[in-house]
Amino acid sequence: MKRKKLIGSIVRYALYAAVAAFFIWAISNSYFDYIFSQSETFLVLLRQHVVLVLVSSLLAILIAVPAGILITRPKFKKAEWIFSNIANLGQTIPSLAVLALMISVLGIGFRTAVFALFIYSILPIFRNTVAGIDSIDKNMIDAAKGMGMKPHQILFRIELPNSAYSILAGIRTAVVLNIGTAALAYVVGAGGLGVWIFTGINLFDNGFLISGAIPVTLLAILADYILRKVEYIVVPKGSRRIEKA
Amino acid sequence: MISFNHVTKSFGEKITAIDDVDFTVEEGKIVVLLGPSGCGKTTLLRMVNQLESITKGEIVINGENSKDLDPIELRRKIGYVIQSNGLFPNMTIEENVMLVPDLLGWNKKKKRERFEYLMKLIGLDPKDYGKRYPHELSGGQQQRIGVVRALAADPPVMLMDEPFGALDPIIRDKIQEEFLQIQREVKKTILFVSHDIDEAIKMADKIVLLRDGKIMQFDTPSEMLAHPKNEFVSQFFGKDRAIKSLSLHTVENLREVIGLGPVDESIQDTKTIHIHQDLRNTLSMLLNQEADQVIVKDEQDENIGTITIDLVQKYLHFEIKGKMSASQEG
Repeated sequence: MKRKKLIGSIVRYALYAAVAAFFIWAISNSYFDYIFSQSETFLVLLRQHVVLVLVSSLLAILIAVPAGILITRPKFKKAEWIFSNIANLGQTIPSLAVLALMISVLGIGFRTAVFALFIYSILPIFRNTVAGIDSIDKNMIDAAKGMGMKPHQILFRIELPNSAYSILAGIRTAVVLNIGTAALAYVVGAGGLGVWIFTGINLFDNGFLISGAIPVTLLAILADYILRKVEYIVVPKGSRRIEKA
Repeated sequence: MISFNHVTKSFGEKITAIDDVDFTVEEGKIVVLLGPSGCGKTTLLRMVNQLESITKGEIVINGENSKDLDPIELRRKIGYVIQSNGLFPNMTIEENVMLVPDLLGWNKKKKRERFEYLMKLIGLDPKDYGKRYPHELSGGQQQRIGVVRALAADPPVMLMDEPFGALDPIIRDKIQEEFLQIQREVKKTILFVSHDIDEAIKMADKIVLLRDGKIMQFDTPSEMLAHPKNEFVSQFFGKDRAIKSLSLHTVENLREVIGLGPVDESIQDTKTIHIHQDLRNTLSMLLNQEADQVIVKDEQDENIGTITIDLVQKYLHFEIKGKMSASQEG
């Protein structure tokens, strides 16, 4: 047990050291300078990035959660595999291909980027919603029905609270992935921090590359942190422990 | 009162799950649906609160045909307890118990009072347990909560589907006793599913023995043990049904019929038994200990006599076997 702990802390501190070394290296080479010297451009790109992620994620949540709920209703239960497969298929197409395909339909710009990101966010949210609701003990639903709860009461008071953990985990996965993938929005001319990353790659300029990539990483970590807090507030206390077990 | 009038349930042409079932659960009585697995007992129970449909016949609950009632309204008026307690993990114990009153729109004060009353009924502190979540309770406590949740809105009728089936024997025995105690106070009309013969004998005012969706016999436990109607019934209760029927009689019954032995103060170290204990437990006590007698105590905790294997045997012979028909074996 002690050895495991020791190895764990060695790995952790090695990681911290690597991160610290990276920042020292980047700062000493003044790779972050663009953020400050061109702070206006940086803020525009950051805002574009955040808007891309927010709009596409919100759309995905608005479509995927209700779709997941609908498909778990007894009436539609049989159609579940069709929808799951469609969602799976969406995920297998490379993101660049979706962007390229969408250019021919929607042209270039914001809309195309949002659409591609939206497609990518649907699957994790949908799948986790379905899995969360399906994992609820059937006896519990039976008890709820037998006590005279109406279908919508069962949904809002039993099914959703008890699958909240799973649904939120899906949303978190989708948003974090989305933040990374949104860098590709540059390819269709939708801006975002990808602009600096790709400029850096094209010009072999570490300054642009790092000034673009590090904020994306930090954004992802921040989003993950915030969504975990939301999870803690939204998931009912009684079902929290069960999910961890 | 629940009346089953020639109730039948079939799936398609070939499969008949429930075949022309006809019996009545009297007001304030417990009827146990007993039978091997797959005999349709749970299906029959679930037909009462319309979780299963009825193909033919009708179920009349307190004078109203269940078909004429709105299923949601109907279910709120029927307490429902299932084996795996079905408590909702996202709700506190109080929210769980008060769910049906909440659905019925009771006010806060009324709910609070009812909750306190119910928790006292099962001996749990309402203040302490109200704010806890189901996973923080033991299996036995969870099942108790499951039972009082069904009692929450004071429904006249209760359906219990193997409510104590998942508990270990010691806890099960205790909760059965406790439940009978509660039933003496609340006097609900109860339909109870069980596959456990001992549980059925203990709990039932009357037993419905089912096989393949048909009633094999509908009788009181003692009648069923003494006069099994057919081969299936006598086999189901087994060769030891005479011993099983001992659990229907108490030490007091024995005392009234043949009297107890005198207390011999010179014998030390004998075990004692309460006068309201059933004779089956008494017999196993006698068989388990070295001494050949057990001292009987009454309510005031005073020694009023002794009981021996001979006495139990005598009682068994006259009272139970005597009543069993000579035509049946065993």
